[in-house]
Amino acid sequence: MIETKGYLDMELLRFTTAGSVDDGKSTLIGRLLYDSKAIFEDQMDILEETSKQRGEEGINLALLTDGLRSEREQGITIDVAYRYFATPKRKFIIADTPGHIQYTRNMVTGASTANLAILLVDARIGVIEQTKRHAFIASLLQIPHIAVCINKMDLVNYDKEAYEKIKSDFQRFSAKLEIKDVHFIPISALHGDNVVDRSSRMDWYEGSTLMHLLENIHIGSDHNHVDCRFPVQFVIRPQSKEYPDYRGYSGRVEGGVFKEGDEITVLPSGFTSKIKSIDTFDGPIKEAFSPMSICMTLEDDIDISRGDMLVRENNQPNAEQDIDVMICWMNERKMILRGKYTIRHTTQTARCIVKDVKYKMDINTLHRDEEDKEIGLNDIGRISIRTTKPLFFDSYRRNRNTGSIILIDEATNETVAAGMII
Amino acid sequence: MSSYNLTHLKELESEAIFILREVAAQFEKPVMLFSGGKDSIIMFHLARKAFYPGKIPFPLMHVDTGHNFPETLKFRDRLMEETGENLIVKYVQDSIDRGTAVEEIGLNPSRNGLQTVTLLEGLEEGKYDCAMGGARRDEEKARAKERFFSHRDEFGQWDPKNQRPELWNLFNGRKRIGEHFRVFPISNWTEMDVWQYILHESIELPSLYFSHKREVVNRDGVLLGKCDYITLKDGEKWEEKTVRCRTIGDMTCTGVSESTAKTLEDIIEEVASTRITERGGRADDKRSEAAMEDRKKEGYF
Ligand SMILES: Nc1nc2c(ncn2[C@@H]2O[C@H](COP(=O)(O)OP(=O)(O)O)[C@@H](O)[C@H]2O)c(=O)[nH]1
Repeated sequence: MIETKGYLDMELLRFTTAGSVDDGKSTLIGRLLYDSKAIFEDQMDILEETSKQRGEEGINLALLTDGLRSEREQGITIDVAYRYFATPKRKFIIADTPGHIQYTRNMVTGASTANLAILLVDARIGVIEQTKRHAFIASLLQIPHIAVCINKMDLVNYDKEAYEKIKSDFQRFSAKLEIKDVHFIPISALHGDNVVDRSSRMDWYEGSTLMHLLENIHIGSDHNHVDCRFPVQFVIRPQSKEYPDYRGYSGRVEGGVFKEGDEITVLPSGFTSKIKSIDTFDGPIKEAFSPMSICMTLEDDIDISRGDMLVRENNQPNAEQDIDVMICWMNERKMILRGKYTIRHTTQTARCIVKDVKYKMDINTLHRDEEDKEIGLNDIGRISIRTTKPLFFDSYRRNRNTGSIILIDEATNETVAAGMII
Repeated sequence: MSSYNLTHLKELESEAIFILREVAAQFEKPVMLFSGGKDSIIMFHLARKAFYPGKIPFPLMHVDTGHNFPETLKFRDRLMEETGENLIVKYVQDSIDRGTAVEEIGLNPSRNGLQTVTLLEGLEEGKYDCAMGGARRDEEKARAKERFFSHRDEFGQWDPKNQRPELWNLFNGRKRIGEHFRVFPISNWTEMDVWQYILHESIELPSLYFSHKREVVNRDGVLLGKCDYITLKDGEKWEEKTVRCRTIGDMTCTGVSESTAKTLEDIIEEVASTRITERGGRADDKRSEAAMEDRKKEGYF
């Protein structure tokens, strides 16, 4: 439970959950919400009633996490849903994504903002193709931390060997992936072992509980604090009596640390100036870092508008029009080779043409298929694009904020692809 | 390195400011919905922060059901006067007079449903292409999948199957002529975050949120405050209780809760130990479990 005072140093952790159907994802989330007292009485009443109507015994915690009625009626979840809970240490945002084969795009969406991914594995079944797919997506999206939860330990008599086997299977597979920080936890979502409370039935396990991990994992370095990147979002010009000549560049710091007095270079113009002030409603501040939203003024009057980027002269992003991207296709309409799309990157909008498909990824085998160039819903592949103007980007690996793009279909205006710049 | 860390409130604030600025940059004529409740007061505060030292580059719109708590209107008008920001008021009564909305009949005819009509009329009349609201995903199950940028067709309707995926901080506000967006900058805030933020930022709120004495009637477990728009049924009576509002809306359907919380600290303490969601006190959501979902499809926020 949250204390009145403690909130001033609480941090925010965003995580996503993935598992195959019936691995116990809903039960696990229900358990986290329930044990952290994020479920209210009236919600409990509704749950109880719905469980009864469905002829189920007891309260089905899993029901808590499916949202819309049409989906409830079909008995499936088909989209990303967000849940919230807090402990005295941290506030958590869960991007809950269903585990169906066809919903790669949902996991990609949930993963795009996550600090951590929980991958569920059924202790009786072990590492399967879906586990590999989820691990691959987590690595592709560069989720900084991964917790592999080996669930239903109660059904394998809390057996250490079963856990160890799954752990080593996963490690063997994930060695091929770029996964930085993995933790393995044997749990029973249904009975609560090692979820919030330590299990007395698995003395052999010396690691932390899932909740302990969520509360304590170091997320301070999940942002890039090295390469200064400030995409201008909106120019603030009050033209008021009080501020007749004020010209401030507002936006969010997407990398590095900006300080008052720093020399900066403006892209694409290449002009240089100095930061005169960093302003906020609460008064000027001396420095700003990712992900702060701020407003900067410069010593010199330069023409700067939305989409421009302020950087340090000696540490500049790539500025190119020919760009290679790993994309996940998110729309029923297939990608059109040589097709034109609108591209969004930081606060920039441009148009682009898909020049080439380098390969399509078989995410079960990690095989790169260079023959099959057809990219449709839920496919992942590497493509080359050419944009109408240079984008100022870093590789996604170096900075998730300045290395990510989306493609928009110009006929339907839908977001059709998510891309990670290589 | 570890000093470069934001608290959860600062991170949520930064996210909301980012979205408000995206709206100002991506839409031609946005408007911010303002109900006078704490969530819209926070949104107003965030908008002032987002464009400081400039003025907020869009107007606010209040859809007035005519069934307001008087304290709300007084507070609203003073806030606008003090900050010099621009508020437009649209009246449900005008829609009723025009015949585009039909008053419910019954013991506490709610105008909540009619708000949708007036809202859509107001948006069309002002040619607004984006309306920002203070809805949060934690309020109700049907909201858990809502996007920050929520696409609506020409009728203002929301199609849960046809929402755009949202990745990273890349928001897609492109649309055809006649379509619009609803944008929810504080989607990721919980009730607790809102209260903590209000305390942290010393944001002033209408007195209704704090414990006071009021005549109320208990109807189906919801305590409704005395006003001209509610008729008592047989056996019901007004009783004086010590209460406060957890949400502020139409008096005919916004329940008050018994509470002795007089300060923000008291409220936070209370929220931390309360076992009932805010919307649990709203008679309009009680009508069916999927009530909110249905109203959303029709264009309600
Ligand atoms: N024995 C046992 N059953 C579990 C456990 N976790 C989940 N289950 C059961 O597995 C089934 C599927 O769980 P659910 O949470 O709906 O899975 P989801 O499809 O991944 O969301 C349900 O019948 C759960 O009660 C566990 O730790 N032990």
